[in-house]
Amino acid sequence: MTHFSAMSLLKNALTGHKGWREQWPDSQPKQEYDVVIVGAGGHGLGAAYYLAKEHGITNVAVIDKGWLGGGNTGRNTTIIRSNYLYDESARLFDHALDLWDNLSQELNYNVMYSKRGVMMLAHNVPDVQSFQRHIHANRLNGVDNRWLSKEEAKAFCPPLNISPDARYPVMGAALQMRAGTARHDAVAWGYARAAAARGVDIIQNCPVTAIRRGPDGAVIGVDTAKGFIRAKKVAVSAAGHTSVVMDSAGVRMPLESYPLQALVSEPVKPIFPCVVMSNTVHAYISQSDKGELVIGSGTDQYTSYSQRGGLPLIEHTVAAICEVFPIFTRMRMLRKWGGIVDVTPDRSAILGKTPVKGLYVNCGWGTGGFKATPGAAHTLAWTVAKDEPHPINAPFTLERFTTGRLIDEAAAAAVAH
Amino acid sequence: MLLIHCPYCEETLPELEFAYAGEAHIARPADPSALSDEEWRDFLFIRTNARGPHFERWRHIHGCAQFFNAVRDTVSDRFLMTYKAGAPRPDLSPKEDAE
Amino acid sequence: MSRYRIAGRGRVDHGAPISFTFDGKTYPGLRGDTVASALLANGVHLMGRSFKYHRPRGAVTAGSEEPNALIGTSRGPGRFEPNTRATVQELRKGLVTESQNKWPRLSFDIGAINDRAYMLFSAGFYYKTFMWPKSFWDKVYEPFIRSAAGLGKSPTEADPDRYAARYLHTDLLIVGGGAAGIAAALVAAKSGARVVLVDENPELGGALLSDPGVTVEGQPAWAWLDASLAELRAHGVRLMTRTTAIGYYHQNFVGLCERLTDHLDTPPANAPRERMWRVRADQVVLAQGALEKPLVFDGNDRPGVMLAGAAQTYLNRYGVRVGDNPAVLTSHDSAWYAAFDLADAGSRIAAIIDTRSEIRADLLDAARQRGIRVLQGHTATGTKGRLRIASVRVNPLRGGTVGAGREIACDALLMSGGWTPSLHLFSHTKGSLAWDADSNTFLPDRKTEACQIAGAGRGLWGYAPVLADGVAAGLAAVAALSRSAGARQFAVANDRPGSGVSHTELPTDRSPGKAKAFVDFQNDVTAKDLRLAVREGMRSIEHVKRYTTNGMATDQGKMSNINGLMIAADALAKAPPQVGLTTFRPPYTPTSFGAFAGYLRGQTFQLTRKTPIDPWAEAQGAVFEPVAQWRRAWYFPKPGEDMHAAVARECLATRASVGIFDASTLGKIEVAGPDAVEFMNRMYTNPWTKLAPGRCRYGLLLGEDGFIRDDGVIGRLANDLFHVTTTTGGAARVLNMMEDYLQTEWPDLNVWLTSTTEQWATVALNGPNALAVLKPLVEGLDWDDFPHMSVAECTVAGLPARLFRLSFTGEVGFEVNVPARHGLALWTALMDAGKPHDICPYGTETMHVLRAEKGYIIVGQDTDGTVTPQDAGLDWAIGKAKPDFVGKRSLSRPDIVAGGRKQLVGLLTEDGSRLEEGAQIVLDPNQPLPMKMVGHVTSSYDSASLGHPIAMAVIEGGHDRMGEVVHVPMPDGVKRARITSTVFYDPSGDRLKA
Repeated sequence: MTHFSAMSLLKNALTGHKGWREQWPDSQPKQEYDVVIVGAGGHGLGAAYYLAKEHGITNVAVIDKGWLGGGNTGRNTTIIRSNYLYDESARLFDHALDLWDNLSQELNYNVMYSKRGVMMLAHNVPDVQSFQRHIHANRLNGVDNRWLSKEEAKAFCPPLNISPDARYPVMGAALQMRAGTARHDAVAWGYARAAAARGVDIIQNCPVTAIRRGPDGAVIGVDTAKGFIRAKKVAVSAAGHTSVVMDSAGVRMPLESYPLQALVSEPVKPIFPCVVMSNTVHAYISQSDKGELVIGSGTDQYTSYSQRGGLPLIEHTVAAICEVFPIFTRMRMLRKWGGIVDVTPDRSAILGKTPVKGLYVNCGWGTGGFKATPGAAHTLAWTVAKDEPHPINAPFTLERFTTGRLIDEAAAAAVAH
Repeated sequence: MLLIHCPYCEETLPELEFAYAGEAHIARPADPSALSDEEWRDFLFIRTNARGPHFERWRHIHGCAQFFNAVRDTVSDRFLMTYKAGAPRPDLSPKEDAE
Repeated sequence: MSRYRIAGRGRVDHGAPISFTFDGKTYPGLRGDTVASALLANGVHLMGRSFKYHRPRGAVTAGSEEPNALIGTSRGPGRFEPNTRATVQELRKGLVTESQNKWPRLSFDIGAINDRAYMLFSAGFYYKTFMWPKSFWDKVYEPFIRSAAGLGKSPTEADPDRYAARYLHTDLLIVGGGAAGIAAALVAAKSGARVVLVDENPELGGALLSDPGVTVEGQPAWAWLDASLAELRAHGVRLMTRTTAIGYYHQNFVGLCERLTDHLDTPPANAPRERMWRVRADQVVLAQGALEKPLVFDGNDRPGVMLAGAAQTYLNRYGVRVGDNPAVLTSHDSAWYAAFDLADAGSRIAAIIDTRSEIRADLLDAARQRGIRVLQGHTATGTKGRLRIASVRVNPLRGGTVGAGREIACDALLMSGGWTPSLHLFSHTKGSLAWDADSNTFLPDRKTEACQIAGAGRGLWGYAPVLADGVAAGLAAVAALSRSAGARQFAVANDRPGSGVSHTELPTDRSPGKAKAFVDFQNDVTAKDLRLAVREGMRSIEHVKRYTTNGMATDQGKMSNINGLMIAADALAKAPPQVGLTTFRPPYTPTSFGAFAGYLRGQTFQLTRKTPIDPWAEAQGAVFEPVAQWRRAWYFPKPGEDMHAAVARECLATRASVGIFDASTLGKIEVAGPDAVEFMNRMYTNPWTKLAPGRCRYGLLLGEDGFIRDDGVIGRLANDLFHVTTTTGGAARVLNMMEDYLQTEWPDLNVWLTSTTEQWATVALNGPNALAVLKPLVEGLDWDDFPHMSVAECTVAGLPARLFRLSFTGEVGFEVNVPARHGLALWTALMDAGKPHDICPYGTETMHVLRAEKGYIIVGQDTDGTVTPQDAGLDWAIGKAKPDFVGKRSLSRPDIVAGGRKQLVGLLTEDGSRLEEGAQIVLDPNQPLPMKMVGHVTSSYDSASLGHPIAMAVIEGGHDRMGEVVHVPMPDGVKRARITSTVFYDPSGDRLKA
């Protein structure tokens, strides 16, 4: 692996950039792997990287039906934060935040983790109560999060409208300063390059059609468009397509897949310094390093795999942005797109072992999986390597839907991820 | 925006009039207390999440207010049919020609 | 007049001069000009700077696909917008424009230093650096990267303009008003179908507007156009201009954005600036034409280098010659006609340089007749000129080798790399595309919607085939509508047929590594960036696009996608379809947020529900709070009072005498029918069978998961009639849930459900004098049989009423429901009647305090969607003998019956201070972080009645910890609090019986 640095960039610049090598090879499948990971998004590639780096398991393939990073990794609005209410969630996302903090150096790939602060707006008394509950819980969990008055919120994000005449006036905000954004493609590419350098095969454009189990019920491999691939262990990290893949192993999942849309504006000079989320009016916005306003929408009401989404939801999303930031009505939408998000009944992830021996799953991130990428990948690798839960992912079991020990952040707070 | 045929109103109308109501043909057990925790979980949470034809419920909430069932291809979002609540699950397998 | 403007020529109004400013300088223009055409008429080519290298740029197109000539435009305060395409913005009186992304000025831009260091700024360079030292990222590198963002400046003021939206239903929507679209409309109009024809330009005609020399049905193109449009109008076809079809959604739902005022000198007062049309069409014809491709060669971005078709448009539509001695560089026949038109208009064509060695004889003849030098089989290998092209370097191509170069002086260079069909809307439908190897373009293949694709939009060229194809598409659409229409044929003379070849980068004799051959102009993506991406392992076009940002500029790849794909495919040694085509996403062109928001702004963003008593509260100076969609009076401050003082006064007055409260927002559902009681038994946890008519009961509703969803007092008015109340925010959810069970699980039950929330106004009277105030106004009620928790129909103040005797305060209480139209009259009557008792209106905050003093829960505040009845201390509300109710089974799940669940209790601090709502509770305050939290404060108020603060909390195993001390660690110290009952006030309940 060519080391990336200012020096190597300069050296290559002087030689017409002829010296750069491919960042990862386009692998063809071998007959057998110790671990096959289904889904080459940030989560799957990350798990492969940590398997190789921290557990010495390098005979690993990451298989994707399309190109790597082409699913939700490359389609989300890249919000990273960890100010979740419940201990379980806070620990998982804060673990991810710790990994984010050092990820560029770890991977020798600048993922541009930008700690610009995520501010969540309170528009009514229940919002205020909920945010205060979060802030207190976060403080005792060692997670940064603080309350801002509406004037402080405006000072932190000048385009914000804090007029009391607004339809949903801003009453204040919760700010996590350590939170922010990252460059989504770079996360997938960085993990791919680092994993490949340690021997992981990345196999693109190879749909997995089924998970195969042996006579004892344990996983023996996967059927793919390029034939059967034997595997001692299989980890499914396929977001919206997880339930279809798991079905083939006979495991029915508490998942539903919904369209999620996002959009960007034309690029403008820096105007928006942070990330702002408003769950009450459904507005999620930041400004990319290119200058585009990056705006997230809610999910459409029906399940779908179409990656399409309708116009009315987009109209409401843009209206919500203009409600909170009235200076943006003359900005123009450049592009909108859709992803498929897999949602569990309690809107928290399922991360770890399954009833099938040798089969592991990482799914159910709903609209908030990007921020968890390093944390989910890191703990999943642990679980796959040791065949036991990591202390951090242990609560995120499939069994909780039987016993009732749900991790329902949304019900607790009416807070979307 | 989808167009949806309400089998009660016998009209095809825009999605804005309708509310999605989850997977269809998941009947509430007659005696929940007789169910194991796993069976009750299946009723509560396990869903087909079909990629392709999906049996699902909609409500004509800004119309006749009736719940009804639909088969929709979740890949194209195209509705294959809608039918009244309580009607049996339609057979989508291709009919064999009579000899 | 400038020498570049040709008197009398084009479709601009030479009798209507308009001046405008660009970067502070005033220029003359004509009505009908765009900013770009007017600047070109003044000899100004330099209109902008590129994003990364800040290279000087001019207009490369004459349409909405323009990547370079982006400007800021303004019309007074609040009406500035960035990134407007100068090639689209029409001149209007007083238009003020400015160039972007430059400092200090457009002709001398410090940022252009990036261009000198361009070798450092290769594709994806930022992924490889800025990592060391780590501490520099937050403080140095990232601020530097972010400060370089963007093109234009964001608006900074609120926008005074309005935006509108409308629905439109039609049989046939035709997108694109060029030859194919008009032909389709002409055919379809005669079928009787409703037809809508839309075009993004100010006038219909498409390419015909730039080809006046073509003859259709014996008439010059423009005369034929006038006649055809008149015919369409006569048939009632709706013709919409300045209207862009931005997105094609499910089932022929098409979004159109109509721009209404940006071209007007003085817009009518209150006229919307833009209008979003939501069109549902039975059939759609896509006739969007084709976009001309640039050629990729070193220096292809200098001001003065533009598409040949654009130059032809500037000449024929705007009467503007883009140069005195332009050269033409092409691989397609179409550019030859541009050269001929310009030569005929007086420009001296420096040369026609064609990469092909074989050229159609008629073109060569026409060039010869005009004395134009022709260089067949030549390539271009460079250009010169600082802020405007001065020369192009051309080299002969012989048998695959590039010969010696020579320079040809020119003041413009018109290029054409051929044409690519506009497939954006078709792509929105997820229709599939097929690669056509002959034309090196993607063509529409499998359709998913009821549409036809016609004309240049599916790869045809020349007016005769395009018109015939438009007719065919029109006929097909008409047939699909089960209508009929006659075929038509349009005879075309002086047609301009054409074909061409495609290239990756043009061949060069210089080092390709040094060439600045641009593919994406705005984002400064060069051919060598694309090849670098491939070299680094980016194999899919999506990876190449994202790594280089090719196609991600404001033209969304209209200029760059196909050239980028050809180069990436070449680098990968694969056929283009194997590398893929990035998906086109809506909108077709950048569309203002205002147009999407439409009417959903300000107070119409979401409607505000108001009760019949709201005007009274407003007149009293009440402070309101939003609750779900309602606004509710929060408190009624007297002069000089803050919230705390007002609430304390309201609480004391209610407990001392009588308070009055507008409870109209409570949800109300009537459950009626022979099986009503059975239905209630199944829905709610409580037993209902034995509740006698005339009595009411607190009802608790769970979700099937066993967690509390809603609550409210429910009155039984008759054996077969229940009046259910719900929380303010829960009304619609509860009714939906009830309907769901009734319709789909228990259709055998004979029950009717009716939402009556807005039918009743509800006024609550509470306090020791409530009865004294109310009683004189009531008629038709047997007070002897009306104890606490009763309901009856009677009259109050002469108004028909449903009267509940219940209490959410612990005082004697009533809720009077009257038909909503009488709500204000009732309120006024009660206020009058209460005067002798100093009746005190109170708001939601006082309501919250009074209920908390009694330990009554608020669903959603003291419960949060994870709380069971047992957790909330509401076991008593469960009908233990009932075999089933919604949620019952879930209450016996393992983790629900397990110990240690959080249970609702009261909390009193030892130091008498008020706890913060949401504060977390621990058992050991000295533990290190992360602390083990056992619960949190759900409600906390200063109780004026009790003289000290009170709080409710959920605490693990709280019901078994009565009297224990727990700790609440706050930033400024730990508070100690004792666990108590949740009933703080009048625990014996004596006051209710008073």
